[in-house]
Amino acid sequence: MSQALLEANGLFRSFDGVQALSNFSCSLRQNEILGLFGPNGAGKTTLFNVVTGFISPERGRLSLKNSDITGLPSYRLANLGIARTFQDLRLIRQLSVLENVLLSFRNQPGERLGNLFFRSKKSHDHEALNRQTAIELLEDAGIVEKADDRADNLSYGQQKLLSLVCCLASGAQVLLLDEPVAGIAPEMIDKILGIIRNLPSKGKSVILIEHNLDAVMRVCDRVIFMDAGAKVSEGTPEEVRNDPRVIEAYID
Amino acid sequence: MDYLLHILILIGIYVILSVSLNLIAGYAGLLSIAHAAFYGVGAYVAALMALNLHSTFLVNIICAVIVSGLLGALVGIPSLRIRDDYFVIATFAFQVITFSILNNWVSFTGGPMGLPGIPQPTIFGLQVSSHLGFLIFIALFCALTLWVTRRIVRSPFGRVLKAIREDEVFAQTAGKNVAAYKIIVFVVGAGMAAVAGVMYAYYISFIDPTSFTVMESIFIISIVIIGGTGSLWGPVAGAVVLVLLPELLRFLGLPSSVAANLRQIIYGGLLVAFMMWRPRGFLGEYAFHRKEARE
Repeated sequence: MSQALLEANGLFRSFDGVQALSNFSCSLRQNEILGLFGPNGAGKTTLFNVVTGFISPERGRLSLKNSDITGLPSYRLANLGIARTFQDLRLIRQLSVLENVLLSFRNQPGERLGNLFFRSKKSHDHEALNRQTAIELLEDAGIVEKADDRADNLSYGQQKLLSLVCCLASGAQVLLLDEPVAGIAPEMIDKILGIIRNLPSKGKSVILIEHNLDAVMRVCDRVIFMDAGAKVSEGTPEEVRNDPRVIEAYID
Repeated sequence: MDYLLHILILIGIYVILSVSLNLIAGYAGLLSIAHAAFYGVGAYVAALMALNLHSTFLVNIICAVIVSGLLGALVGIPSLRIRDDYFVIATFAFQVITFSILNNWVSFTGGPMGLPGIPQPTIFGLQVSSHLGFLIFIALFCALTLWVTRRIVRSPFGRVLKAIREDEVFAQTAGKNVAAYKIIVFVVGAGMAAVAGVMYAYYISFIDPTSFTVMESIFIISIVIIGGTGSLWGPVAGAVVLVLLPELLRFLGLPSSVAANLRQIIYGGLLVAFMMWRPRGFLGEYAFHRKEARE
């Protein structure tokens, strides 16, 4: 059993009296794909927002590689190695596809004002290196010919793919993917699931929110079924699918 | 001849002002009506030092940039918590406060009487006194401002500014310290505006608060919007057009009372027309509130 990379312990969060997270705990192991599913409003996206620092939990603790990360601002969590995609797709639409990927690299020397003027060679070289990596990532994803197009010229499926590429460019070890294949064409679903399936072999760990049960079953090592902010069932995809509590919740 | 040089010098000053405001408003998306305040602070710091301490030009300009930059950080802070229209109002308040201080602290700033008799600047032993001398002098600082701005906007730093303008959540998710970027861009923009203020004070050799009113801020915003937000050369084009325009009116032979009012009407009309039909300005790549328009 590999050790836990990311751990959530007893998280609570409510909005206007609705309990979005209620004593929720889970742990993500190294190189595993953990699926998260459940009805709308089960608290899945809230969990992502808590883990990435956009929402603070009322109670509970988060830790990454055994150090406490509860309440850190989102940009610091991002720099500690947590990357995410959004259900409603967040890209800088007005910038090119390549620029979106370039923005996702962490700790760039050229992002410090002083370096631009006093260590311009260093920032320049680093940028050239990033550019090369970005092109390679776009090649792997098969959208390199769109590199100079504005991000909003991509199809919806390609935009989902691009946000996944941005996560890869970040170099983060933990990827939180919020419905990466919702609402896109079947071929693109296969392509994106193929990329996700390969992530553990690149040393990445993934939490995947997905309504597409078939997709969850195909790629996840372990799944958690959530309802009303709490964990209902946890286990292998087989186990959870056959859990009477899950079947009951889905029939309701 | 001196008249022509005078116009070119004014264009130079407005290029510095509009390019620096564009960094804040066009690239980082933080529309500020406080730019004339930074301009004024730069002018007053340099003038007061030159008159009271008799310090040299170089010392004065450095101090003016530092003081204005610190105030820039102060104005940048509300942008971390409030956005859009509310932030515009906060910068407006800063502009009004600055003007009131310049206008009412008579013992220190001379109040409405202003500060006359600012000496001509000496730089590396050369005294700048003729119009041509000033033009060269200002052109140098203009070039410096443009060079610094170009470095910034074409770098990864500039890319982060654009990301913040378009989607702060994306920027944070990508690990960018949005708060720090906003403050830094305000400090840099305010520092550059102070350079323009110092130039103006030395050139005119007399300053009073009426040069640094909210109308002046709006004029600088007009230059940026008409020239083009979020582009390096847009505000340069805007400064040339908007400074030349009233001068052309002179040649129509209108009485000065009519011309002055006509000028305001033309600025207002241009601004409305651009906002309606070409919100990106001549050369811009970004329009305020385009996001709302699309959704």
